[in-house]
Amino acid sequence: MSTPAGGALAALTAGQRERLAALAREAAFPAGARIFEEGEPADRFWVVLEGRAALDVSVPGGPRPVVETLGPGDLLGWSWFFPPYVWHLGAVADGPLRVREFDAAAVRVVCDEDPVLGYALARAVGGVVAHRLKATRMRLLDLYGPRPGGGAP
Amino acid sequence: MTAPAAAVRGSAAVPLPYRVVRRDEETADTVTLALEPAGEGLEPFRPGQFAMVYAFGRGEVPVSVSGVERGGSGGRRGERLLHTVRAVGAVSAGLHGLRPGDGVGVRGPYGTGWEPAAAEGGDVLVVAGGLGLAPLRPLVRELLARPERYGRRSVLLGARTPADLLYREQVRAWSAAEGLLVGAAVDRPGPGWDGDVGTVVALLGRARFHPPDTAAFVCGPEVMMRATARELVHRGVPAHRIRVSLERTMHCGTGHCGHCQLGPVLLCRDGPVLGWDRAGPLLGVREL
Repeated sequence: MSTPAGGALAALTAGQRERLAALAREAAFPAGARIFEEGEPADRFWVVLEGRAALDVSVPGGPRPVVETLGPGDLLGWSWFFPPYVWHLGAVADGPLRVREFDAAAVRVVCDEDPVLGYALARAVGGVVAHRLKATRMRLLDLYGPRPGGGAP
Repeated sequence: MTAPAAAVRGSAAVPLPYRVVRRDEETADTVTLALEPAGEGLEPFRPGQFAMVYAFGRGEVPVSVSGVERGGSGGRRGERLLHTVRAVGAVSAGLHGLRPGDGVGVRGPYGTGWEPAAAEGGDVLVVAGGLGLAPLRPLVRELLARPERYGRRSVLLGARTPADLLYREQVRAWSAAEGLLVGAAVDRPGPGWDGDVGTVVALLGRARFHPPDTAAFVCGPEVMMRATARELVHRGVPAHRIRVSLERTMHCGTGHCGHCQLGPVLLCRDGPVLGWDRAGPLLGVREL
């Protein structure tokens, strides 16, 4: 065993992963290609195989700040799993990017048909969201900045 | 109450005179000072240990050794100590402001080290947040000097901004070293940053390691170390193979004054480096 082992969908059984794989294809994005745009329909999602994707936010009149980067094994996109199925961030290929691309609507249909698979996928996606929430909260603490209150020697 | 320190040398409380022979600016508020003994030098330091460094007229602070250089002109051993200091208070600002030729007092070595020998034969993760790379740098140099002793080696770095990353030139050189994975993530990227954005914990997913045989060495803000250690345990790394460096107010450095007490542990003597099997439960107690 070695990590990362299967990445974001590692918790699914082999059979469940196979079933999802039937709804997916390999795809590639050149460096700088926009993968999705904030506010657009979230009709696909990806698992990064190679390279890095940057999540960014549109700021009027300024450059788009990158809020997080994702690498091999990471799930790119979770807005497809929750209504209203609209991207709340943008994503761009931060260098050449190879991914496994899933048809989000088809995956949701399979989840409705097979609640066991649906529950397993919900746990996997929920785990990713929870992990990113924890990471965001850590960054909110500004751990590496000056300590509030001072008192250091 | 903890038992008195078993082996404290007679001179442990007396600083020896050192002088600054080089001052390297690392970031806007952090410098690395190369200190050479003016006469007799201290005993050799092991990676992870610390010294009490005395800025004359201001006071003393514990500072980890961020490197050792051989071949200096001063002292019996001719050994230069490198200390990376961030100006955060009166004493550290005093040290930060020192220039070549200035004098300081140094005593040590104190505390436990990283003890990389225990990691031999397995994969190694070094995880540093912010200034936490300073005490880990001697360990990274050990991994680079003797790669045949270890399995897959990864160095993962976190910082607030790209400008806050320590030892940038050396980190670039480490990235080019064969067999060493180096990753860096910042909270706030700037123009030209080609690393990751996010927490250093997220980089663990990029490293390749066999959890049961992996040794992890973690240093940084306590919240970052807790999050890293918990994630490593979640991934299957044994708690006792995760070593963290803890920080509390230290005064004597010899296990006598008790300022650095953390439950049953006096960090200056029993730490600062502890296994997560000991440190984890202590850090989980509020107001300890």
